[in-house]
Amino acid sequence: MSSIAADALTGATTEPVHGQSPWRDAARRFAADRWALAGLVFLFVLLMCAVAAPWIVPHVMHQSAFKQHMMDKIEVAGRQVDVVSDDGLPVGPNPHFPLGADLIGRDVLSRIFYGARVSLLVSALGTLFAMAVGILGGLLSGYYRGLIDIVISRFIDAMMAIPVLLLAIALASVLRQGSVWVVVLILGLVNWTYLARIVRAEVLSLRERDFVEAARALGATDRMIMSHHVLPNLIGPLIVFATLSMAGNILLESALSFLGVGIQPPTPSWGNMIQDGMQFYSVAWWITLFPGLAILLTVVSFNLVGDGLRDALEPGARDRRRL
Amino acid sequence: MITHIVQRLLWSVLVLVIVSGITFLIFFAVPGKPAELIAGKYASKETIALIEKRLGLNRPKYQQFGMFLWKAARGDWGESYVSQQPVMGAIITAFPKTLSLTIGAVAIWLLLGIPIGIVSALRPGSVWDRAAMVFALIGISAPAYWLGLVFLKVFADLLGWFPIGDYAEIARAGVFGWAHHLVLPWITLALLYAGWYARMARTQMLDIMRMDYVRTAEAKGLPPRVVIFKHVLRNAMLPLVTMLGMDVAYLFGGAILTESVFGIPGIGGLAWRAIRQRDLPMVMGTVLFAAVFIVAANLVVDLLYMGLDPRIQHEA
Repeated sequence: MSSIAADALTGATTEPVHGQSPWRDAARRFAADRWALAGLVFLFVLLMCAVAAPWIVPHVMHQSAFKQHMMDKIEVAGRQVDVVSDDGLPVGPNPHFPLGADLIGRDVLSRIFYGARVSLLVSALGTLFAMAVGILGGLLSGYYRGLIDIVISRFIDAMMAIPVLLLAIALASVLRQGSVWVVVLILGLVNWTYLARIVRAEVLSLRERDFVEAARALGATDRMIMSHHVLPNLIGPLIVFATLSMAGNILLESALSFLGVGIQPPTPSWGNMIQDGMQFYSVAWWITLFPGLAILLTVVSFNLVGDGLRDALEPGARDRRRL
Repeated sequence: MITHIVQRLLWSVLVLVIVSGITFLIFFAVPGKPAELIAGKYASKETIALIEKRLGLNRPKYQQFGMFLWKAARGDWGESYVSQQPVMGAIITAFPKTLSLTIGAVAIWLLLGIPIGIVSALRPGSVWDRAAMVFALIGISAPAYWLGLVFLKVFADLLGWFPIGDYAEIARAGVFGWAHHLVLPWITLALLYAGWYARMARTQMLDIMRMDYVRTAEAKGLPPRVVIFKHVLRNAMLPLVTMLGMDVAYLFGGAILTESVFGIPGIGGLAWRAIRQRDLPMVMGTVLFAAVFIVAANLVVDLLYMGLDPRIQHEA
């Protein structure tokens, strides 16, 4: 209150309450969003679990399962336990297997932690790849316009006219399967178009602005204008895209793995874990339920953080939707 | 105006050609010859050569692509490498299933999503609003196939209310049997979209309620119900109609995940099988089929907007 009064006395400009930098304002807006913070906390915990998986996972069953017989007892925390119940099914959630065991006696919780490593890594790399291609494509078509713009824009139109999952599956089926990098490539290839469109639209409006005009008049080269004047103004939308695209990538990666064209077993991924347990969902429900919950919570968190970032960084921006 | 429409039409055709090009290009990389696939493992070299000649597979790739385009434009989408049946026939058989899935899902998500969004917008920040947005968030974040499996476990397996998967033809099972088999797939698919529609309806309503003409309507003493229904709702729904058009177009191209979990033999399943079997004509057919709807929906939306708002004329 006193600062406003003081400003009124000195005749300072309006909005003195908090206005040092737009980034600090954005940070303040984000910090006030409790839902987004909750999402961020969950993602942080998940990341820690993923990074620390080799150390915190209680029984690294998925590495040793092939060496033992199903009926053998295994040692967990110094005690001998069964992995198969009396009716011949893998054991459900119990103190030794908090989320149950899967069809070949591997601990579901451990695999979810290991699956988090794969899902997060693949989605993040896919996002980075999409950003590289999308920024380049968007800058080229938005800044130079003309023929380049027509070619790139029509190509994007065509890419977007193919349903995402169909395109991803088609790519997966012809590329060498089994490699994590192939999935990264696919995620990037099907996602860059969204960003390219966003960047193009932003650049189209930016390049007409006075400060770009002024830079050009001062003799700045195209490359300087792009890196010094256009790109810095795109940071907000880029951060938002990256976060929301993580949500989309986790869903897409898990869908591909579920269909059997993404991450290949024995490497655990949440999608192929669900695929694994699918045939027995009615008797051994824990094998499908928990990986799905992991996907759901992670995607919800990325969406919460993404929405929060969008509200903080681009006030007035609308729901941007991916299909 | 006419020239613009013609121009937009030509662009759309060009986009479809590029779509075919991309699909063709992707399957360039397929190892193994399609002719070997058709002839089987133990066919002689002569048989394979004969098949290649008959299908034009011995020609250069660009000629094959040209031939495909020429035939496709005249309605001949070729024959499946695997079943030797016309691609068009297979698509026509599968489409009613995809259509059945889409129609029911659309009805449910509209009935669910839009009222939820409207009520949320009328009481922003209320408990109802927050609960509704959590529901929407879960809807847009859940993996479709997993949601399907959970529903199967709960409503088909535990409660026994619905059959486990499978599709029932209207002609054989009657409308009730058809719908009974489709309820779970409908709900699964609808939940994924209802979230988006609820969010969209809410933001649209909030945006419009902030506008001056709404304040004017309130100021001149119109009852709130009239303001909401006559002034706000009508304008808020316009973007949702566009979105609906695009979504329906996408779904006509098949819902691969939902179809595969519930065993619905629709376009999605057809495409999925074709891709797995490297059945290029079938892949081209299903991809193009999906793309035609999407491109057409885009075109209609653009032209509609052009008709409604004369300012958006020569923006493309």
